[in-house]
Amino acid sequence: MGKLTREQEVYKRWANARKPKPPLLRNVLAAFLVGGLICTLGQAVLNYFISLGMNAKEAGGPTAAVMILLGALLTGLGVYDRIGRFAGAGSVIPITGFANSIVAPALEFKREGYVMGVGARMFNIAGPVLVYGMTTAWLVGLFYWLIHK
Amino acid sequence: MDYVLAFLVGGTICAIGQLLMDLTPLTPAHVLVLFVCSGAILSGLGIYEKIVELGGAGATIPLPGFGHTLTSGVIQEIEAKGFWGIFSGVLENASVGVVAAVVVGLFISLLFNPKG
Amino acid sequence: MGEKRVGRNTIIFSQPPAIVATATTVGKKEGEGPLAKYFDQVIQDSLYGESTWEKAESKMLLESVQRVLQKANYTFDQIHFMFSGDLLNQLTASSFAAREIPVPFYGLFGACSTFTEGLALGGMAVDGGFAQRVLVGASSHYQTAERQFRYPTELGVQKPPTAQRTVTAAGVVILESDGPGPYLTAATIGRVIDMGINDPMDMGSAMAPAAVHTIIQHFQDTGRKPDYYDLIVTGDLASVGKNLAEDLLKKEGYDVTDRYTDCGILIYKPDADTQAGGSGCGCSAAVFCSYFYPLLQEGKYRRLLLVSTGALMSPTTYQQGETIPAIAHAVAVERDYPEEMG
Repeated sequence: MGKLTREQEVYKRWANARKPKPPLLRNVLAAFLVGGLICTLGQAVLNYFISLGMNAKEAGGPTAAVMILLGALLTGLGVYDRIGRFAGAGSVIPITGFANSIVAPALEFKREGYVMGVGARMFNIAGPVLVYGMTTAWLVGLFYWLIHK
Repeated sequence: MDYVLAFLVGGTICAIGQLLMDLTPLTPAHVLVLFVCSGAILSGLGIYEKIVELGGAGATIPLPGFGHTLTSGVIQEIEAKGFWGIFSGVLENASVGVVAAVVVGLFISLLFNPKG
Repeated sequence: MGEKRVGRNTIIFSQPPAIVATATTVGKKEGEGPLAKYFDQVIQDSLYGESTWEKAESKMLLESVQRVLQKANYTFDQIHFMFSGDLLNQLTASSFAAREIPVPFYGLFGACSTFTEGLALGGMAVDGGFAQRVLVGASSHYQTAERQFRYPTELGVQKPPTAQRTVTAAGVVILESDGPGPYLTAATIGRVIDMGINDPMDMGSAMAPAAVHTIIQHFQDTGRKPDYYDLIVTGDLASVGKNLAEDLLKKEGYDVTDRYTDCGILIYKPDADTQAGGSGCGCSAAVFCSYFYPLLQEGKYRRLLLVSTGALMSPTTYQQGETIPAIAHAVAVERDYPEEMG
């Protein structure tokens, strides 16, 4: 990519200034509402597992699994993309959105086969989350070990 | 009360994500990466644990919570096993979520077709 | 060079080819839009009975070809060339449809400008005497484009207000050396213009300068003024790009506001899925073939300048941070055979 010329800079600035902006207040409210509701549902699932005798920490894994199942199912039924159109980050950021980001490409590339389609493409979008999440946790661990051990 | 706090904390985290998506050129994929890394770092600094105590599922269900799960596993394993815990700990607590996502993802793709 | 060229970029056909028939097939969402009643066929299922969306897009194009032949009462043997294109890698929608079409085939890629690119080339083949009759077509499909250029269709992401929805549609015409009009009288071939926009969710801003360049070039080459045309129609600038194009034209001294519209705006009712409007090769093809063509026949419009616009990027180039080059080709379609030549 070369640097933009003066003429391109001028046009880009002019066009960007004129383009419609996302309805910020509406979008943030929708994200807050839907994100909050998904987390409230998560709390109910968490409380259920705690009521079975688990402590809050032990109940975290099963809660995540249930929420993933829910996100995956709604994706399979073709509902999650519509929730996403409305809620934006509100349905992307919760773990149900993580499930959506895995199931959506898995479904999409089914027609290219189970190995090179579903298998290879499943982590198209969620892959970076695992790569950078795991690496960051590893680095944090390394510092922790250097400091404390 | 825990439901209200989960709603407020979870909603706030998502609202921050929305602000990033709408006000910066970051794509949803970039925001996800940013959030999981932030969660992992805040967890290492001992801050995320406080947010979890406050918000419960409101802090663990959004993606920074996943970063927290990764880091908390590492620190737990370092305490138990020393140096190699840095490696074995990453998926210590997170494996339930990751495995569930892979297995459920595969089965859902067997059962359903994309609607478009 | 003979008298078929004027100015830098423009062809004036000396024996303007007639557009003798058109056919369209569109998707469900397009079939629910404001132009619903004009389309030949609306498919209710995006797969159209096939196992993949790519096959469905090919089938839409193939059936449009079969329908246009039926309407004009021709067989494949009477067609000398077919010009067609789409958005898919290696033009598979067109070439796979052409497997079933025993006609010499040119695959064209001009992104969403393909339809007027094909009309210009087809017109040249006919006016040049290289063919008596040609097919010109273009297709696009929401799901095939979405999965190739953007995200998997089931991913729950929000679209910014500048985003456009790829139109599910195929449109086909037959150009013929003689016949009842409307006629293809001139074509201005655009050059590639890149004004530095790099957001694939804002193609209107990327394509508007290309459309403006081609339109102004057309006026300069032909000496015509905007009021020569009853209507100037861009392909798929949608609401964002159309506003920019209008202002850019005004800055250059061409006020087209009272006679300017865009196919990407006409085809949809605005909603959360369509945002700024439609895009895709099929957008200008289907809107011209189904809506403007009969209006030209009836004489509601006598002269129309159709300017299909294309954003020439790929997923690879925008991930590599490249800006989006764009192109636009204009064709003049007139109800009456130009007098000085008649």
